Amino acid sequence: MTEPDSPAPPRHPPALERKSYGDRIFKGMLTVAAVGLPVLLGFLVFELFAGSREAIARFGFGFVTSSTWDPVAEQFGAWPLIFGTLMSAALALMIAVPLSLGVAIYLTEFAPVRLRQPAAFVIELLAAIPSVVYGLWGIFVLIPVLKDSVFPLLQSVLGFLPFFQGPIYGPSMLSASIILAIMVMPYIMAVSREVLLAVPASQREAALGLGATRWEAVVTTVVPYARSGLIGAVILGLGRALGETMAVTMLIGNRHEIAASLFAPGYTMAAAIANEFSEAVTDIHLSSLAYVALLLFLITVLINAGARLLIWRVSRGTTAGSRVL
Amino acid sequence: MVMVLASTVVIAVLPLVFILGTLIVKGAGSLSATFFVASSVPAGQTGGGVGHAIVGTLVIVGMACLMGLPLGIGAGIYTAEYPGTRLATACRFVADVMNGTPSIVIGVFAWAWIVARQGHFSAYAGSVALAILMIPMVMRTTEEMIKLVPHSLREAALALGYPRWRATLTVVLRTALPGIVTGTLLAVARVAGETAPLLFTALGSQYFSLDVSRPMAALPLVVFTYATGPYQEWHRLAWATALVLIIVVLVLSLAARLATRQRYQRN
Repeated sequence: MTEPDSPAPPRHPPALERKSYGDRIFKGMLTVAAVGLPVLLGFLVFELFAGSREAIARFGFGFVTSSTWDPVAEQFGAWPLIFGTLMSAALALMIAVPLSLGVAIYLTEFAPVRLRQPAAFVIELLAAIPSVVYGLWGIFVLIPVLKDSVFPLLQSVLGFLPFFQGPIYGPSMLSASIILAIMVMPYIMAVSREVLLAVPASQREAALGLGATRWEAVVTTVVPYARSGLIGAVILGLGRALGETMAVTMLIGNRHEIAASLFAPGYTMAAAIANEFSEAVTDIHLSSLAYVALLLFLITVLINAGARLLIWRVSRGTTAGSRVL
Repeated sequence: MVMVLASTVVIAVLPLVFILGTLIVKGAGSLSATFFVASSVPAGQTGGGVGHAIVGTLVIVGMACLMGLPLGIGAGIYTAEYPGTRLATACRFVADVMNGTPSIVIGVFAWAWIVARQGHFSAYAGSVALAILMIPMVMRTTEEMIKLVPHSLREAALALGYPRWRATLTVVLRTALPGIVTGTLLAVARVAGETAPLLFTALGSQYFSLDVSRPMAALPLVVFTYATGPYQEWHRLAWATALVLIIVVLVLSLAARLATRQRYQRN
């Protein structure tokens, strides 16, 4: 008696069975490139930590809360920089968010179809303008206008608030925030436009079918549906605003102080690195600036991760935002 | 209410009009043949040009492409070809993190990695910083564009007996090529205008130089130095240089966008 014949192993066509050397080499090369990215990021984090080791050892976490920045006495604290970074970004968002959401909603829901592509295109061009050109324009065009007419007007109307009191400087927290608002607007607009486009047409149609006007459909249906994605777009804009360097450096006045008045100069983390890094002479000064860079990196990573999560929840499966940002 | 929304579009477009307008008004008058060829002259003298910075930008960005494109495109092909793997997921996550990292932080990294170790500023340190900025952008576009290629094309190639690498390279990649070129052009346009990562890597220079191990000038650095300097003559040159820079950047990104648009219309 013999064992019943075991079924023959399935025979693949030779092309699939063959382990081609070409395939192995190809996959190997691709894998090297793909492994390169995480390695590079790991190396970046390592270098930032290594660079700031001295400052971390010396100032510890008190670096974040201390306000002294004295290269001569070798005392460093980043609180005014952190405050300036958060403040300028927050002010910029206060200006940019209503504008860019308005534009995104208008362009996806109301604008004549012929106008939609070109207008979105023009606003995306704003994102292509280099930061340093915004800075140049800010110094020679925006600041004179703000200093001579806009700021005095603000002071005369809102002067009872502490934010609008005191002497008016050209390069100031408010000037930097305004240029920052112009710069992050295209990003917020582009991402929220993609998020709004990802809202299913059936949602709009259902609202319209129940007798809502187009405006009501947008307010009651489209925007709530896209809410977390829109918040994600705003947070991505925040990430941009926090890390923006050149234009802010050129417009904020670069002073290591926290002033209540928005007309007074301030400083941001990115601007301090840009200004002082190539001029720092002592190791501890360099190390403190690297520490600032590390903190800035950690803040932006956290913020971007949150934003991606929110956008992903609305436009599951699509890649809204990846293209522009 | 809709009128209010419409007016936001006008407000949003105004800055672009103003910025381009001022650049042309203040910069166009200074453009001349010497401006494009000559190097900068010592402070206080009039004349001079940005020839050295144009060459510097070409060299620095060119080297950044040589380093960044193979890595970015390779990683992009990997994530598109082997999408479910852990490495692909990690790669995508890392690309998103790096995309959101401020360029000044990348500059600090390149400084710590190369400049601090070698003890001198160099053009290739700047190129490394720009390459790191390019990689995630190029990777994501490559992946997206490969995903758009119909599966039937790949299957047809495999059915004809092509090994996988040939199917990917000669059929899939070739189909996706226009899109990848577009993404690359956009990435180049973006890094060509970057100043922050070059501040303490390539540093800038007043002289014409092709030596990549020494400091080198670049257009954005020139704009920054001239704009923040004290001299009227420098400010005039800053506007002209900014005009040149923005023409380079806008031409690159316009070309990229028009290329994709035509492609989409054809399909």
